[in-house]
Amino acid sequence: MKIERRSFLKGTAAVGAGAAALSVTKAPYGFIRNAAFAATDTVEVGVLFSLTGGLSIIEKSLADATLMAIAEINDAGGVLGKQIVPILEDGASDAKTYNEKANKLVIQDRVPTVFGSYTSASRKAVLPVFEKRKNLYFYPTYYEGFECSKNVVYTGAVPNQQLSNYIPWIIKNLNKKKFFIVGSNYIYPREMAKVCKILVEQAGAEWIADEYLELGHSEWGAMVKKIKDSGCDAVLSNVVGDSVVAFYREFGNQGLKHDQLPICATVTSEIEIAAMGAEYAAGSFTSFPYFQAIDTDANNSFIERYRKYVNDSNAVTHHALESSYFQVFLWAQALEKAGEETPAAIREGVKGQEFDAPNGHVKIDAENLHAWLTPRIAQWDSNGQGVIIDEYPAPIMPLPYVAYGETESDLFCKEGGLDTSKL
Amino acid sequence: MWETVFIGLSVGSILLLVALGLTITYGAMGVINMAHGELVMVGAYTTVMMGTYFGLNIFFAIPAAFLMAAFVGLIIERLVVRNLYGRLLDTLLATWGVAILIQQAVRLEFGLAFFGIHIDGLGVGLQRVDVPTILRETFEVGGVVVQPYRSFIILLTVALVGLTWLLMYRTSFGTQVRAIMRNPKMAAACGIDVTRINALTFAYGSGLAGVAGVMMSGFKTVSPGMGTSLVVDGFMVVVVGGIGSLLGSVVSAGFLGQLNGIFATLSNDILARAVVFGAVILIIVWRPNGLFNFRGR
Repeated sequence: MKIERRSFLKGTAAVGAGAAALSVTKAPYGFIRNAAFAATDTVEVGVLFSLTGGLSIIEKSLADATLMAIAEINDAGGVLGKQIVPILEDGASDAKTYNEKANKLVIQDRVPTVFGSYTSASRKAVLPVFEKRKNLYFYPTYYEGFECSKNVVYTGAVPNQQLSNYIPWIIKNLNKKKFFIVGSNYIYPREMAKVCKILVEQAGAEWIADEYLELGHSEWGAMVKKIKDSGCDAVLSNVVGDSVVAFYREFGNQGLKHDQLPICATVTSEIEIAAMGAEYAAGSFTSFPYFQAIDTDANNSFIERYRKYVNDSNAVTHHALESSYFQVFLWAQALEKAGEETPAAIREGVKGQEFDAPNGHVKIDAENLHAWLTPRIAQWDSNGQGVIIDEYPAPIMPLPYVAYGETESDLFCKEGGLDTSKL
Repeated sequence: MWETVFIGLSVGSILLLVALGLTITYGAMGVINMAHGELVMVGAYTTVMMGTYFGLNIFFAIPAAFLMAAFVGLIIERLVVRNLYGRLLDTLLATWGVAILIQQAVRLEFGLAFFGIHIDGLGVGLQRVDVPTILRETFEVGGVVVQPYRSFIILLTVALVGLTWLLMYRTSFGTQVRAIMRNPKMAAACGIDVTRINALTFAYGSGLAGVAGVMMSGFKTVSPGMGTSLVVDGFMVVVVGGIGSLLGSVVSAGFLGQLNGIFATLSNDILARAVVFGAVILIIVWRPNGLFNFRGR
């Protein structure tokens, strides 16, 4: 083939024009964005989850739920008449990256609020940034408590909201007396175990073992054998992540049955059940404020909208995902109330803020900035869905220091900060 | 007592299953294949796909995963490893890159995710493999509870070791492989087609990783990152056993498995893991070439 000079020139001209068109569309983008920033008819917020790495499996869904809430608020007219513009950053399942990205969002982008984190490790990594810069972080995951920051709004469950109804219920309704506590070896399961032990002893039952396995461990042979030989009549599981799947499978493979020796879990959610196969979990229990199975119009509509948003008709919803969603609405309401986009004003505004979330009514406690949530217990059925068999009539107060003796009448974490003399 | 031994045996067989392919690619060929874990992952995903699209269970997935992983291994050998024989550290870096590529290919659904197309069974999420009932229900033989799934893994591992032994020591292909192991140039001078045999050997080792993937998929969730931690255990077994020694890998996997089983039962899994690594360090200090090694001479 011969290259004709004319057609060659035409070709290069077209390429040149294409490149020019590209640069034309590119250049004003930056310009518009800056202009918008100056004119402030938008509100920028940070969204910080792991979109890559091992935790992306779960954190991606939290980011999706956050973005969906932002899109819904924008469709309804935005907040203070402004559109919300999310700046999405990737924590890459790495605490150090989380810290860097938080710095970028707070210092460079100057956002008044960041929504983010799934693990406690990543929250602890970004905490200094938000405290030093007096910014605001919305954290959607259930966690171990033992934290009292003025710069974080916690919308997931704390131990008392997962356990204080759960353990008495197991002892009374399932008639269990001997607990085997098992968890992954890091702070969340260990703090949960502390609360478990207090509650088990209070209810007059006993715990006979408290064992841990490495996070991500998948060889459960020896542990399940220990459970089998221990003579316990219930297993309290604070096992986290994909270890959960290996644990339940091994439990079934060694011939243990949930109707005689049930696993009562605090972390096993719809995601893990779907990943292990419903038959391994059927008959076991989990305690969470939210389940996909909550049969209300609000929740059914939420599930439908979420599935449409992520373009996956089988997508499952779970507790941290739901919190990721409703906390954006609480934030928007706080901003409406505050009237100005500063972290301090939003923080004042969010105190006592209430919202009808898919799980029911939620409220941010004015003292400790944690969410009031309704504890629920579900038994998993053979379709991988929870059947809600017990629920509180109303949301209960969050007590992040319950393992250290905090009660509703004796708060450790107050508006002024943590009362260290009580620890 | 029997149950403790059984747990050790089971842990050992899983170690060996993952390490068997490495015994060949690393031991026999001198390639540090960091993508070995990803080949395990490819096997696991093949199992998922067989279930999703053809409704076939784990038993059918074993040959399919073997072929799939062997095919991927063959491509890796052709494109990357072939140019790096004799450069041990370069193979490490290059195959590590390959590992990341394979992981991301699965995560991004071969790039289709960018266009909003979703393939069932791929992507960032956790995948599930359903274990057939026959491998799930425990049964009793003479008062001893038998776990079919773990027993099946042990049997499969024994079968694969036997097969590999036959291939390596009783066929002309194996003779050629062993000749290349000792001295590739001399082997070539004797008329062995070194390039072809190397490619096939690498593919066979990769195929074994695929079979390991099938069995792992019944234990844990299938996800793009599942292979990364496995490769460490695999290398541990090969290094302790002695590079290039099939018998060494068998003994080392059995020993480390029992060590793990005993300490996990007596104390806990975290300590057991520490004991295993401690033992590995001691063995390497005591015998830098591993337990069984003919190259030390």
